[in-house]
Amino acid sequence: MGDAHTALQEQFDDLEQQKEASTLGMWTFLATEVLFFGGLFMSYITYRSFYPREFSAAGQHTIILYGTLNTAILLTSSLTAALSVHAAQENRTNWLFRYLIMTVFLGCCFLGVKAVEYHDDIQEQLIPGPHFRAGLPAQGQIFWFLYWAMTGLHALHVLAGVGLLSVIALLAARRKFSDRYHHPVEISALYWHFVDIVWIFLYPLFYLIDRYH
Amino acid sequence: MKTLAPPTPITRPTKPPQNYLTEGGTTLKSWLLTTDHKRIGLLYLYSILFYFAIAAVAAALIRIELITPPGDMVTSQTYNKLFTIHGVLMVWFFLIPSIPAVLGNFVIPMMIGARDVAFPKLNLLSWYLFNAGGLLALYAIIFGGVDTGWTFYTPYSSAYSNTHVVAMAAGVFIAGFGSILTGLNFIITVHKMRAPGMTWFRLPLFIWSLYATSVILVLATPVLAMTLALMALERIWGLGVFDPALGGDPVLFQHLFWFYSHPAVYIMILPGMGVISETITCFSRKPIFGYYFVAFASVAIAILGFLVWGHHMFVSSQSVYAGFVFSILSFLVAVPSAIKVFNWTMTLHRGSISLETPMLYALGFIGLFTLGGLTGLFLAALAVDVHVTDTYFVIAHFHYIMVGGMVTAFMGGLHYWWPKISGRMYPEKLGQLAALVTYIGFNLTFFPQFIMGYLGMPRRYHAYAPEFQIYHVLSTAGASILGAGYLLPLIYFIWSLKHGKKAPSNPWNATGLEWQTPSPPPKHNFEEIPVVTRPPYQYSPQLGEAMEHG
Repeated sequence: MGDAHTALQEQFDDLEQQKEASTLGMWTFLATEVLFFGGLFMSYITYRSFYPREFSAAGQHTIILYGTLNTAILLTSSLTAALSVHAAQENRTNWLFRYLIMTVFLGCCFLGVKAVEYHDDIQEQLIPGPHFRAGLPAQGQIFWFLYWAMTGLHALHVLAGVGLLSVIALLAARRKFSDRYHHPVEISALYWHFVDIVWIFLYPLFYLIDRYH
Repeated sequence: MKTLAPPTPITRPTKPPQNYLTEGGTTLKSWLLTTDHKRIGLLYLYSILFYFAIAAVAAALIRIELITPPGDMVTSQTYNKLFTIHGVLMVWFFLIPSIPAVLGNFVIPMMIGARDVAFPKLNLLSWYLFNAGGLLALYAIIFGGVDTGWTFYTPYSSAYSNTHVVAMAAGVFIAGFGSILTGLNFIITVHKMRAPGMTWFRLPLFIWSLYATSVILVLATPVLAMTLALMALERIWGLGVFDPALGGDPVLFQHLFWFYSHPAVYIMILPGMGVISETITCFSRKPIFGYYFVAFASVAIAILGFLVWGHHMFVSSQSVYAGFVFSILSFLVAVPSAIKVFNWTMTLHRGSISLETPMLYALGFIGLFTLGGLTGLFLAALAVDVHVTDTYFVIAHFHYIMVGGMVTAFMGGLHYWWPKISGRMYPEKLGQLAALVTYIGFNLTFFPQFIMGYLGMPRRYHAYAPEFQIYHVLSTAGASILGAGYLLPLIYFIWSLKHGKKAPSNPWNATGLEWQTPSPPPKHNFEEIPVVTRPPYQYSPQLGEAMEHG
């Protein structure tokens, strides 16, 4: 209880108001994020409609195994994030900590797989520029430019999420949260779900869309 | 119901009552680490005045160069850098934060009866982001400048310009996150921090207009950030999504840029409209005419503002059909804007009008904004726009909105809330004089630009055909008067800090909650959080009428 009391910031009347403000704040921030990624998605849509065949040819070279593995990892991490919120609500602080650590671990796994994948992409000369892989059309470089920009920006978000959840896990280890006061856990999980959802869009756009034949 | 802890009465008979300027210390550190929205508002005021001064010097040099037809004072390259400095600094480092970050920060929490904004630390972070961006922009300016214009159009910016484009874009990018966080803070503050009884329709219209502004800040700014990032990436990488050599489309850059920058125009006028709603009611002693219409007009402008960006691109190879649609939508924005002007005019009607300085600025705003808005309709018309694209007509139009509208409203608001901010009154006669000088100087500067633009004077040229000289000379003469009009308040505001009459808590007999607390206010704004029982602007027109009829 003592912790819950000190957690109240002076501009708020009570914890309920603070919680509502923080939650709405995170949703508003996510709206900003959607528009931030929106510029990239708009570019992708525009050029895919301009150059469908070239994008299809370039898209054959993403490594579907890594993409699929990462999708599974990230979806699982969203599950553990949701379970951590549930544990906080039920005041099971040990499980709260464990689920948070699992989420952080899965986030790191995602980044590890991504690093290996980037390494392979570089080996395959899939960086747009003078040394771009021979045999692919010039417009394919736009596909790969977008691949690096979009997955790179997403990876930065995963990194930020891993950092955020690590801090939350640390606070959880110090028993800062309880069933009365746990909205930092909730809004961090909210951010994590957003990162997950962005990937749900990136995965088909870069790995699946032209693989049906 | 929210229950409030009763305020602990402090009685120190020997000391004067503490206010936000003294409470918590007066050291530089206490200012740089403050989370008080009022102090942060003042920090923004100092910052934007600094950027304004640099941008104004650039404008002065431009106007001096243009006195004579040949390009004889600066080279064309320097001229390009001057208008880029002027544009970038004025738009992102002066106009966008002007009313929201200075006056908004200062009065929003007080107007809604809150102790502070929802996230005070984030508020301070916004100021640091803003200045980090500003320093990068200054770096770009000092170490060689940028010559792309404030619009950063590709492929010139990404492939050809030999100037510090990346540093400048990075500055705007970082400052943009400051704007986003300010917008976010205001949205949450208005949603969650209102005093008991302060329902949505009891909010002052300044709050409505800043709420609408904040929505634009949060939703449009990230797109600009991404667009500039893609442009910078293309410049650094040597190729990218707007690169025609790969099949990229520079027009996509324009679409993305204006998707932000047109709504940004409304970031630069909606807050001004909010100030006018406050001052018009106060100085005509009448409730606002059609509160709901004025409130929802702000929302309508914010929404429609997102759908009209294509009118910047009528000659960009954009589809003609898209042009039709953007043209019609642009005409539609005039409707809520006109609603506001009509409602302010009706508020004046049979009011008990007194012409204090804030009111003079408000009346000036209505005239200048109307002229700027009507010429906007010329530009929204496809055929007329083709004729005047990239001429001084466009320059005059948006300066009527941004300087005639926003800066006039900012000056009005600054005078209106100055007693609250500083605890001192400014000299009224000098204030009225400055308002008049500004109005005359402004019109003399920019009205000739409508004429020469219509006659074909293109923008962004440092040399021009001799037949335009008379208009340029008039314009430069006007600019000097305008400059005097802006310098005068700077001097007497500083003078008033020491020598001004002490301000009572409510010098204008205004109705807002910000006037129910001492001037300057205590750190947490209110001794006791007020309870609101009435709609805003409960002024008494009967009293005015009675006086009118003797």
